[in-house]
Amino acid sequence: MTTPSLAETAGPSTPAAKAHPPETTAGAGAAANVLRALTRNRKALAGVVLLSFFLVLAIFPGQIAPDDPTAEIYTPGAGPSAHHLLGTTAYGQDILSQLIWGTRLSIVIALAAGGLATALAVLVGVSAAYLGGIADGILSLITDVILVIPIFPLVIVIAAYRKNAGLFTLVVVLGALGWSYGARQLRSQTLSIRSRDFLEAARVRGERKLYVILFEILPTMTSLIVASFLGAALYAVLTAAGLQFIGLGDPSSQSWGTMLYWAENNEALGAGMPLWAIAPGVCVALLGAAFALMNYAFDEISNPALRPVRRSRGAGSRT
Amino acid sequence: MNAASERILEVRGLSVAYNSDGVPVVAVDDVDLELSSREFLAIVGESGCGKSTLLFAIAQLLSPPAEIVGGEVLFRGRNMVSLSRSELRSIRWRELSVVMQSAMNALNPVMTVATQMRDACKAHADMSDAEIEARSREVLRLVSIDPVHLHSYPHQLSGGMRQRAMIAMALLFTPDLVIMDEPTSALDVVAQRSLMVQIKQLQEQLGFAVIFVTHDMSLVSHFSDRLMVMYAGQVVELGATRNLFERPLHPYTRGLLEAFPSIHGPRVHLLGIAGSPPDLARPPAGCRFSPRCPEAEERCLASPPALLDTDGCLVRCLLYEQASARTPTTEARAGGAP
Amino acid sequence: MRFVLRRLGFFLVTLWAAITTNFLIPRLMPGNPAIAMMARYRGRLNPSALHAIEIAFGVNTHQSVLSAYFSYLGNIFRGKLGTSLTFFPDAVTHDVLKALPWTLALVGVTTILAFVLGTLIGLVAAWRRGGILDSLLPPIFVVTSAFPYFWIALLSIWLFAIKLGWLPVSGGYDYTTTLGWSWAFVGDALTHSILPALTLLVTSIGGWILTMRNNMISVLAEDYVRMARAKGLSPWRVMWSYAGRNAILPNLTGFAMSLGFVVSGAILVEFVFNYPGVGWMFLQAVENQDYALMQGLFLMIIVAVLTAILAADAVTAVLDPRTRDVS
Repeated sequence: MTTPSLAETAGPSTPAAKAHPPETTAGAGAAANVLRALTRNRKALAGVVLLSFFLVLAIFPGQIAPDDPTAEIYTPGAGPSAHHLLGTTAYGQDILSQLIWGTRLSIVIALAAGGLATALAVLVGVSAAYLGGIADGILSLITDVILVIPIFPLVIVIAAYRKNAGLFTLVVVLGALGWSYGARQLRSQTLSIRSRDFLEAARVRGERKLYVILFEILPTMTSLIVASFLGAALYAVLTAAGLQFIGLGDPSSQSWGTMLYWAENNEALGAGMPLWAIAPGVCVALLGAAFALMNYAFDEISNPALRPVRRSRGAGSRT
Repeated sequence: MNAASERILEVRGLSVAYNSDGVPVVAVDDVDLELSSREFLAIVGESGCGKSTLLFAIAQLLSPPAEIVGGEVLFRGRNMVSLSRSELRSIRWRELSVVMQSAMNALNPVMTVATQMRDACKAHADMSDAEIEARSREVLRLVSIDPVHLHSYPHQLSGGMRQRAMIAMALLFTPDLVIMDEPTSALDVVAQRSLMVQIKQLQEQLGFAVIFVTHDMSLVSHFSDRLMVMYAGQVVELGATRNLFERPLHPYTRGLLEAFPSIHGPRVHLLGIAGSPPDLARPPAGCRFSPRCPEAEERCLASPPALLDTDGCLVRCLLYEQASARTPTTEARAGGAP
Repeated sequence: MRFVLRRLGFFLVTLWAAITTNFLIPRLMPGNPAIAMMARYRGRLNPSALHAIEIAFGVNTHQSVLSAYFSYLGNIFRGKLGTSLTFFPDAVTHDVLKALPWTLALVGVTTILAFVLGTLIGLVAAWRRGGILDSLLPPIFVVTSAFPYFWIALLSIWLFAIKLGWLPVSGGYDYTTTLGWSWAFVGDALTHSILPALTLLVTSIGGWILTMRNNMISVLAEDYVRMARAKGLSPWRVMWSYAGRNAILPNLTGFAMSLGFVVSGAILVEFVFNYPGVGWMFLQAVENQDYALMQGLFLMIIVAVLTAILAADAVTAVLDPRTRDVS
């Protein structure tokens, strides 16, 4: 017989809480939490700074880039100089300008494809968990199958039939195929909160299912959704760059991947123009790193046990 | 009742703090405690009062960010806080063993019961495989589990059986002290009772001392020799169980007792204790219970009471200041059993 | 057992989905691109082989889509995947099997190596929380895990092959040596595989280290680890048998999901190094609009991935007794 006055939760035997995403019941509160958590974590900060840097480049390329990226008027194959900080391509174009102009496409793909994939993940994952039964079974099976089939070869196959895939095709295909991982995670998270009290309270109040989903369930999963988005954006950046690199993007477009394509075609590395190949790669890597850092920071934020720990010499560390 | 009532455990001024995100939170504040051999001491308190932390601190099982920041734990005269790893390891399980709250979490899910018992045996004694097997069967029989379950995995046993298997494992070397952290919380009421009876019976049969942590006072009322009530990291009352139940001194203890009804008595209105425990990152200046205490006075909010000795019972409350002899908390006391 | 059977069922469902996708995609594309391809076969193939390709791509047939589908399935199961244009007149199956060993050797070995090494490093890093490994590794590997495979490949070619000249620039083997099991050839092949292997290893190991480290940290907070310490077991035993064996389980599940990245990386790395494996041939087929070969290789990739997943599931079943009892 337990004494009613003692509020008893199934106490964790270690004080450090096991993984729990920060819960809030109001959308605005959730956003504020997220922001606060981001600014305090060093990795997140680094990621945000990097991303902001690229965003600026993407929004104002004309003001920042010294030259017209397509103008083939300079000495081809020149090394770095005062006029061309990164040198020129084999066609006489300024590499730095190409790099800056190329930011826009990469950012757009990352955000758009990432956004589409996340939206689909939320739709499928939450619905599957909320609907349950056969609907859940079917949706989960579809999710697992898509999860397992390697996206890159599949996208290559699609792009092979439809030569020179433009921006729109890329975004749609990447978004339509990259939602499965997020859907799985969101589904399991929804399942675990489905029986919580505040949802019961909403149901008893007579709220419609859609309301419950939008305003009660989703806000608690904000951090998971954001983490999902970051992961999807990262995958979109890398996959798009890879596709363009092998020539399946639109070779006339301005992007880092196409720069790499042309560089490779002209044997940039061997012909003494290494920067042509290395610089766009650095940008892809940095943008990817920005998303990866923020994603990892989110892991740390939602699971305090993962945060950096200072080794103490006390009894705690003894076995 | 006891042939030789020697003191096997002495805790003096033990303090434990959690150091995370810069602000240290003192979860266990200057706790003293003694235990004689064969004695059953229950530690009672609500969630977050520090009782489990105290338990793990005594057993030297804290993990970062928790650490012992002061005091000593003398087990048979040796201060465990300052022992080296290998010295500690020689004490573990042979003389001091642990039973945890949920066997589902405390037993390794990928190993059979037999393998886990064998691990303990191999770590401390030079036993042959046959001897280990025999001893494992023996302890399982002690807790009324058919030894055929030796080769089962934890998830294949029922909740009650798992819990008893954990207790059996704790008794492999017939230690002098068994520390139990809410071992019955994960069970239903009927199983709880039967497990308690079994623990008590084993204790009397094998002669080990027990420190039993629980949030449920009524559970231990018939089994413990002494009872310690904790609140907000401090000891607020400590004495013979019967005395606490018949004449609870501290207002908190009284509140606890009044909160559950007697099955025989008249129907009374249930009284809870209003409010909630203090934030240990910023403990109140005076008595920690005063914000919730129905008998609080002005001075309670300002000055923290020391632990006072009232006729064999220790209580941390200013109400008893005149009636007591002020006991410096570092003075040793003989633990008494009824 | 039921666990493995269930996974086998999933294997078959996914394989079926991949085959069906192969069937549907050319038919869904505007202006069936296969028609142009067909012209290149005419006059060079015997009628039944031509017919098989027509069925696969939905050209010139008088069958309904549904019956074409079943003929297609039948052909696949009999191993009749068509004729390759790139390596005319090889059967697709022949070419696929020619490229397979190269990829298995390179990608298979490096993936397993990356998994094992990464898991070990992650385990030790988490065990010594706050130590050097634990403070340095996460930020470094978070960043490196975002690096594109092909860029690392390019960098390593530039550094080790061109600038330093230590290793060959491309290829799977020196074209002047004869293929065969001679020591010269094997040694040559190994030398050619060092850079691609290193690229794959360096890029993929980060993910394993990080996930294992995170898993270990969660597991180390579990009661059964504390219990193991309470029992006075040696730190070694606690780390391996209590913490490690439990922490690795989610990693094995994650293995399945990460294979997508491994495959994409493998394709790109083979491309950059001109390494004659499945990925390289796949891209050759794409460039030559050799759709039959492309589809055959695509199926091979799927089968390889599914087999790897099945293997990981089998290992999980062995390590985790709970999976054996629950259906």
